[in-house]
Amino acid sequence: MDFQRPEFKEQYENYIGGKWVAPVDGNYFEDTSPIDGSVVARVAQSNDKDINLAVAAGWEAAEAWGKTSAAERSIILFRIADVMEANIERLATVETCSNGKSIRESLGADLPIAIDQFRYFAGCIRTEAGSVANIDADTVSMEVHEPLGVVGQIIPWNFPLLMAAWKIAPAIAAGNCVVLKPAEQTPVSILVLMELIGDLLPPGVVNIVNGFGPEAGKPLATHPDIKKVAFTGETTTGRLIMQYAAENIVPVSLELGGKSPNIFFESVMAEDDEFLDKAIEGLVMFALNQGQVCTAPSRALIQESIYDKFIEKCLARVAAITMGDPYDLSTMMSAQASNDQQQKILSYLKIGKEEGAEVLCGGDVHNHEKYPDGYYIQPTIFKGHNKMRVFQEEIFGPVLALTTFKDEDEALEIANDTMFGLGSGVWSRDMHQVQKVSSGIQAGRVWVNCYHIYPSGASFGGYKKSGIGRENHHMMLDHYRQTKNVLISYSKSKLGFF
Amino acid sequence: MLVERISVTDAAVKVIDELREKHGELMFHQSGGCCDGSAPMCFTLGDFRVGSRDICLGEVHGCQFYMSPEQFEYYKNCHTEIDVVPGRGASFSLEIPLGVRFLIRSRLFDESEQDNVRPVRVGDCG
Repeated sequence: MDFQRPEFKEQYENYIGGKWVAPVDGNYFEDTSPIDGSVVARVAQSNDKDINLAVAAGWEAAEAWGKTSAAERSIILFRIADVMEANIERLATVETCSNGKSIRESLGADLPIAIDQFRYFAGCIRTEAGSVANIDADTVSMEVHEPLGVVGQIIPWNFPLLMAAWKIAPAIAAGNCVVLKPAEQTPVSILVLMELIGDLLPPGVVNIVNGFGPEAGKPLATHPDIKKVAFTGETTTGRLIMQYAAENIVPVSLELGGKSPNIFFESVMAEDDEFLDKAIEGLVMFALNQGQVCTAPSRALIQESIYDKFIEKCLARVAAITMGDPYDLSTMMSAQASNDQQQKILSYLKIGKEEGAEVLCGGDVHNHEKYPDGYYIQPTIFKGHNKMRVFQEEIFGPVLALTTFKDEDEALEIANDTMFGLGSGVWSRDMHQVQKVSSGIQAGRVWVNCYHIYPSGASFGGYKKSGIGRENHHMMLDHYRQTKNVLISYSKSKLGFF
Repeated sequence: MLVERISVTDAAVKVIDELREKHGELMFHQSGGCCDGSAPMCFTLGDFRVGSRDICLGEVHGCQFYMSPEQFEYYKNCHTEIDVVPGRGASFSLEIPLGVRFLIRSRLFDESEQDNVRPVRVGDCG
C-alpha cells in the first residue's frame, strides 16, 4: 500500500476562541470510517450552548480582525496554504479515512484545490480597489467595503476540507470571523487542519463546532448575532436556512445540488484521437468521488448517430475502474460516505430497474474483499429516458442515467428539463455548436470539452433550485461584506430647504 | 377504497413515536439534491414552513408528508414507503442524533392502483 490509515487522537473537542473546548454538556459521538466501519475518534456533540460560546468568541475577535490590513490578512492566508502544503500527505490520508474517498483524489484534487483557495483569496484582497465617483464638482461618492462580523457556515461531507476552504477563505479574507459546523459524517479532518493552522490566526477568527443538525446546526442558523449563513446541502434544509435567515433578516448563500447533463455530440467520434479519449473520460467522470459531487455529470446525453460506438468505448472504460484499497494510489473508486448513503443509492437502483431503465453495467453493491464492512457500490449506468426518477433526482452515488438525442434542440430540451441548474458539460469539435449549446443551458457552470475541473477564480454556483450565490471567485468577497457609501460634499453652500 | 401514496414501516413508526415523545407533533418534507437530499426530512410541526405550492401526499402515523411540486411530478406514479436505516446522516432532520436516518423506498403503482390513488392536497394541511 502507498499510504496507511492515519493516527487520530481518541477524542476531539470544539475549537473555540483559539482553544480546544470541551462541549458544555459533555456529550460526544463516535465518528466512523466508511472504508471499513471502524471508529475514527470521539467528537463533540454540541448544542446551542456551544454555539453561543463560539459566536461570542467570534465577536470578541471581530473588531480587531475586521480592521487588520489586507496585507496582514493576505500573509496569514498564504501561511495557512503553506502549512497545508507541507502537511499534504497527513491531511490527505485523514480525508480519505474520514470520508472514504480514494487517496489519489484527496492527494491529487481535494487538498491542492483547497490550498489554492487560500492563495487565491490572499491574492484577491491585495489587488482590490473600491470605487470613487465624482457626482458633481463638489460631491464625491466612495463605496467602502466592511466585513459583516461573525458569519455561520454549514458544510457537507463530500469534500470536507475543500468545502471548508471554499467557505473559510473568502470569509476571513473579507475580514469576518467564522463559526463553522462540519457535517456529522466527516467531523475530524477540519479539526486536524485546525491543529496545524490554528496558531496562525488570532483566537476567535475561525471557530469549529461539531454536532448534529437539529442540535447544533439549527442554533447556528437561527442565532441573532450571526450576520450571514452559508450552506451547502440539499433543498429542504436550504429552504429552512432561508426561513431562519428571514427571522433575523440576514443574507444567505446556498448551494443545493444538481442533476447535471453531460452532452456528447457526434463530432467527438470524428477522429480516434486524444480528444476522443478525453471525452470518454468525461463521461466516466460520473464515478469521481463515488458520484458524491453536487456537480456530478449524472445524466449523459449522447447523440443517436454515435451512440453504439461511443457507449462501447465508455463501458470498457468503466469496466477498467479499480476498487482496491483506498490508501493505494492505483485505486480509482472507493467507499460511499456512510451506511445510509449506501442504502439510499440502493433504493434508487431498485426504482431505476422498476421504472424499466436498462442496466448497462453495475447495479448493485460492491463486495470489497479487504473491507467487507465498508459501504461500496458498483459504478452503474442506466439507459432510459429523462422522465424517469433516476434522471430527475440526485442519487449522489456512482450512478449514471444515460439517454440519446437527435439534434441540438432536443439535447437542450432534455438538458434543461430538470429542477436543478448547477453543472453541465458540452463535448463537441464544432465551435458554433459549442456556443449555441453552452448559451442555451440553464446552469451556473458549463464545462466545454472538459469536466470536473475547479480552478480558483472560475465562479461556481447554481441556477434554478441549485441555490443562490457564487463561490470560488472574488465576487464571493462581496457575499461576505457590507457596502458603505460615504458621500462627501466639499461645497460650503447649504441646500436651501430650511 | 383509495390507494395510499405513502406508507411507513414498523421500524420507522418506532422512531416517529420516539421523536414525537420528545419534540411533539411532527411532519415530513422530502428533500431534493446533494449530500443528504433525496431523503425525507422530519421536523417538529410548524418548524418548517410548508410552501403554498408544496404537495401533501398523505398522512403516515399522524405526520403529513410533503414535497415540492417539481419533485412530485416524478413521484406521482409511485408508492412511497418511509423506512429507517442505521447511519450517520447530516441535515436538520430530527432523527439524526439517534444514529438512524429516514429513507424512502419506492415502487411504481400498477395499472389497477393508478386509477384509484388518493388525490393529493396542495399547501399546508396542518
